[in-house]
Amino acid sequence: MIEVDVRGLSCPIPVVRTKKAMEQNPGQQITVLTDSETSKENVSRLGESQGYKVQINREDETYRLLLVP
Amino acid sequence: MNSIFSSRVRMIIAGLVFGALAALMSVWGNPANMGVCIACFYRDITGALGLHRAGVVQYLRPEIMGIVFGGFISALIFGEFRSRGGSSPLVRFFLSAFFMIGALVFLGCPVRAVLRLAGGDLNSIAALLGIVVGALIGIYFLKRGFNLGRAKNMYSFAGLVVLLIMLGLLSLAIFKPQVIFISQKGPGATHALLWVSLIVGIIIGVLAQRTRMCFVGGWRDLFLVRDTYLFSGIIAFFVGALVINIMNGNFNPGFVNQPIAHTNQLWSFLGMVLAGLTATLLGGCPLRQTILAAEGDTDAGVTILGLIVGAAFAHNFALASSPKGPGLYGPIAVIVGLIFALAVGFFMRERIE
Repeated sequence: MIEVDVRGLSCPIPVVRTKKAMEQNPGQQITVLTDSETSKENVSRLGESQGYKVQINREDETYRLLLVP
Repeated sequence: MNSIFSSRVRMIIAGLVFGALAALMSVWGNPANMGVCIACFYRDITGALGLHRAGVVQYLRPEIMGIVFGGFISALIFGEFRSRGGSSPLVRFFLSAFFMIGALVFLGCPVRAVLRLAGGDLNSIAALLGIVVGALIGIYFLKRGFNLGRAKNMYSFAGLVVLLIMLGLLSLAIFKPQVIFISQKGPGATHALLWVSLIVGIIIGVLAQRTRMCFVGGWRDLFLVRDTYLFSGIIAFFVGALVINIMNGNFNPGFVNQPIAHTNQLWSFLGMVLAGLTATLLGGCPLRQTILAAEGDTDAGVTILGLIVGAAFAHNFALASSPKGPGLYGPIAVIVGLIFALAVGFFMRERIE
């Protein structure tokens, strides 16, 4: 299970980290944790552009994005 | 997929409206090719407060206050207001002060660089190249683990301070107490009616908050992740401004005698390399920082203070350019700024597994 925790980090760093995780773990499911609305949108956009299915769950102030290849 | 499509359409519409309004503001009274310029307007506010004494650029620009009000209202309505901070505020302060110095060596922020081009000012090409080079240097550091650290949630009140400052500035703009400096000539004396500026600012604030529009992020994402979402906003802004300028006879292509501009290509370029790099390290241009501050980001609030102090330094120490060319110490300040920004990018890196 690959988890990228970018809570508290502002864009574009969440996108950079997620992209890095995708490159290092091709074909694997990636979970991204973020607390920012903007990062949620940007990481979703990155995921969809790279051919992942994106599921978003909200837990209190944290978004849990599941990127399924 | 549908949501991506609709968000892009929204971005293009927002860019067109913002570009058109920016060009119209010159028709309605703001300086030529400076209908909206975030850096210039903070500089004018800095002058109005007497923090610099360049008599021609002192005016409390209501557009800035409007942008904060619009961004705040929008963030509140959509449940996106969140007080946060603590991500290297001191470093952000100085990056932002150097951003302002770079922008004032060119004579415009990344928004005005596009707006000037839409008015036919071809000196902007060097500036836009500078922004791209600055963003590319920033990307180099981002890919190697650069970040300014994690922000934490804060008490709500902390996130409201910038809003309160803007309410205070607006009341100064309305009541004009004698302590406030107001230009009698020059760009600072050229302005639209207060309520027009304020309303246009609010519209820009709402649009920018909803779309996350950013005039450095657009270039950055193009190269970093081949994502054209933010960039489409910049292009739409250019088109919107261009159309309005042509309709009003304000499109005059050329290099010389452009309004509030000089023709020194080297320092336009290097000034904006500094602006592009610092804004990339900060995570966004001054427009985006203003919106983030309105949403409760206190680090962006510190960034705004950095812009103001940078503007004060730029005019107090002959760093800012004039239509005649770069100021006496502008070039050396840009070099110092570049060294500082490169050091920040190089040393503030985290190993990513």
